[in-house]
Amino acid sequence: MLVEHALVATAVAILTTMTLALIRAMLGPTIFDRVLALNMFGTKTVLLICVVGFLTERTDFLDLALLYSLMNFIGMVALLRFSQFGGFGDSKDGSPVKPEAQG
Amino acid sequence: MMNFIVIPILLLLALTAVTVARIRNLWAAVMFTGIYSFLGASWMLILDAPDVAFTEAAVGAGISTILMLATLSLTPRKRHQDGHLQSDDFDEKPRKKSPVWPLLVVTITGFALIYGTFDMPHFGSPEAPIQVYPDPSFISKSQHDMHGLPNVVTAVLAGYRGYDTLGETAVIFTAGIAVLLILRRAPNEGLKHADQESEVVAAANLINQADENSDGELTQEADS
Repeated sequence: MLVEHALVATAVAILTTMTLALIRAMLGPTIFDRVLALNMFGTKTVLLICVVGFLTERTDFLDLALLYSLMNFIGMVALLRFSQFGGFGDSKDGSPVKPEAQG
Repeated sequence: MMNFIVIPILLLLALTAVTVARIRNLWAAVMFTGIYSFLGASWMLILDAPDVAFTEAAVGAGISTILMLATLSLTPRKRHQDGHLQSDDFDEKPRKKSPVWPLLVVTITGFALIYGTFDMPHFGSPEAPIQVYPDPSFISKSQHDMHGLPNVVTAVLAGYRGYDTLGETAVIFTAGIAVLLILRRAPNEGLKHADQESEVVAAANLINQADENSDGELTQEADS
């Protein structure tokens, strides 16, 4: 019972953090505020899935949490690569195209 | 008991949807669609649909975010002098027309959709069609539908679900063609690319020759 109460309290805390991260992503004046908020939101989603998995005693949700963290990582790399280089096209030597060289 | 998680997630979903519609920065809008997919997938997970949540996370949050960013990188936009992107590079132009008509259309459509759900069985209802299975017509009709397949299980797996998969494959194939058409290089660009590649090969040959020469000199020096 005590464990369940602790899990419920954790879920509420995680949901509060998600709301705060979402508000920062909405306000965030620069790109990097938003990227950080998005990354934090993804991490909190992973944690929330783990907590829900233990609350409902379905620990197979942990596999999904792993997939979510992988997706979060891929999305983050794509966003940062895009915001630095302005595209995903590769030049001849394999390094990403600089914004000046493109179009 | 899960209501205390479901209700905040649905509220956050609504908040994210409104933000996607209202935000003027396209880059941030793409980012918020990723957040929306994550939240939707979490909700599907709590509704006990892990397979749908898996697909939503992989496609919605992973692939479509990257595809939308790639599309965004192909659209023209203003450039800053130093070449680096600023946060206001993707701002849309401010809207000139009044948003009353779109709001009206969206509201009517929303109410029509909600009205449509009244015909559906209640969530978890024992009278739902899926709960009153097996439907006997399935068994009596399968042999005729599947041109004389004697096994009902085979008819369901390889017959009825085969049509289902055919439709899905057609949809995904069409989407793939559309994405390739949007994101392909222009023909001239491809040619330029090929020229650059041949230049690279020539340069690599030169470097190799130079390496061999210097190696030879080195060995000569070592011999002497």
